[in-house]
Amino acid sequence: MEDLKSILAEHPFFKGLDEEHFALIVGCASNVRIDAGKMILREGEEANHFYLIRSGKVTLQLMTPNKGPVIIETLDEGDILGWSWLVPPYTWHFDAKALELTRMIALDGKCLRNKCENDHHLGYELLKRFADIMTKRLASTRLQLLDIYGDRS
Amino acid sequence: MATAPDLQSLKVDYKRNPMLPWPFQISRVKRETEDTFTIELQPLGDLEEFTFLPGQFNMIYVFGVGEIPISISGDPANPRTLVHTTRAVGSVTKAMDKMRRGDILGIRGPYGTPWPIDHANGQDVVFVAGGIGLAPLRPALYEVVAQRERYGKVVLLYGTRTPSDVLFRQELENWRARFDLEIYVTVDRAMSGWRGNVGVVTNLISRAPFDPRNTMAFVCGPEVMMRFTTMELHKRGVDNDHIFVSMERNMKCAIGLCGHCQFGSVFVCKDGPVFRYNQIKDMLVKWEI
Repeated sequence: MEDLKSILAEHPFFKGLDEEHFALIVGCASNVRIDAGKMILREGEEANHFYLIRSGKVTLQLMTPNKGPVIIETLDEGDILGWSWLVPPYTWHFDAKALELTRMIALDGKCLRNKCENDHHLGYELLKRFADIMTKRLASTRLQLLDIYGDRS
Repeated sequence: MATAPDLQSLKVDYKRNPMLPWPFQISRVKRETEDTFTIELQPLGDLEEFTFLPGQFNMIYVFGVGEIPISISGDPANPRTLVHTTRAVGSVTKAMDKMRRGDILGIRGPYGTPWPIDHANGQDVVFVAGGIGLAPLRPALYEVVAQRERYGKVVLLYGTRTPSDVLFRQELENWRARFDLEIYVTVDRAMSGWRGNVGVVTNLISRAPFDPRNTMAFVCGPEVMMRFTTMELHKRGVDNDHIFVSMERNMKCAIGLCGHCQFGSVFVCKDGPVFRYNQIKDMLVKWEI
């Protein structure tokens, strides 16, 4: 548990949380190891966790009828995976697969959801942090949608 | 922190008639991707060498079709072979795409401001390329690699559309195999067989290994990509005076006479194409320009 605590404390995502909230989060954390090629989460399944990637590489992908799985984004060491645990109906919108051996810290979103309902300050702190990630990913997605490399001659 | 270089002072004098195309013969055509190709050219007549600086461009004349500006993508240390890489998108580049070894093109150049590589001495050097924007950066990469000991960390962040659009694949693999270059490639989309990175090139900046307080960054790609790249570099702590971008406009005469490439108060052909970011950043978001 001490290891988890120090890893989480060093991660920028948790910077600035007060001690009480940080202790709650550490209590919801556990280590996870996913072998290369294994699925971490699947579209449509219940979303009850989010993950902090410690090492390895994860692909976010979407199954398409004619092309098979299309990779939307890859996530690496230090990235946060998953925010569907925060938003009803709490189901994953994409698949996530370990591209190589991946070690992560899993945080129990179901447990944190309940804690956030009872402690809105904690809820706001977490939402601020996830809003930042969502904003960055939205900006990236917009750039991808522009298909900017198509028309430079 | 070093002072920003005056790019105009780095330009080489143009000795030939700047409006007269010089005949060059194609010695090799290499297909890079489905729509992108590289041509190697040798000068004809009494011109033995074609010296240029990384970042400069030529006006390429396909006789009977038209003339367009294309950046030089070859090695400045090899002035006997002129190299250009381009996508077949317009009438001139589509005509070029059909040309083969032995065919003749007209060349005017080299024109424009170069990447101020020498001013990066002792600093980390970060290249950020998007799509075909890797081609105008390649001569600068050659130069930095040839004098590797003069620089700190050397990082290339390269983003393109899909894995099949990756340019200069063999060269990137060779550079990646070295222990003194950091090469990161990302694509905007990929199928599940791709084991590399997926995501926009700007995402690579926050984790790339360089010291932002002692870095010079050279950026080339679509304008939108360059805007977001410069924002990320600035966020990381790179001074705007140390960021250089290569602009593209409708260049016609290439010597600042015709005004086609006017960009606010500057002409891209004469005052650019390489600009210090601070010089043009306000104009990049003015749509009237």
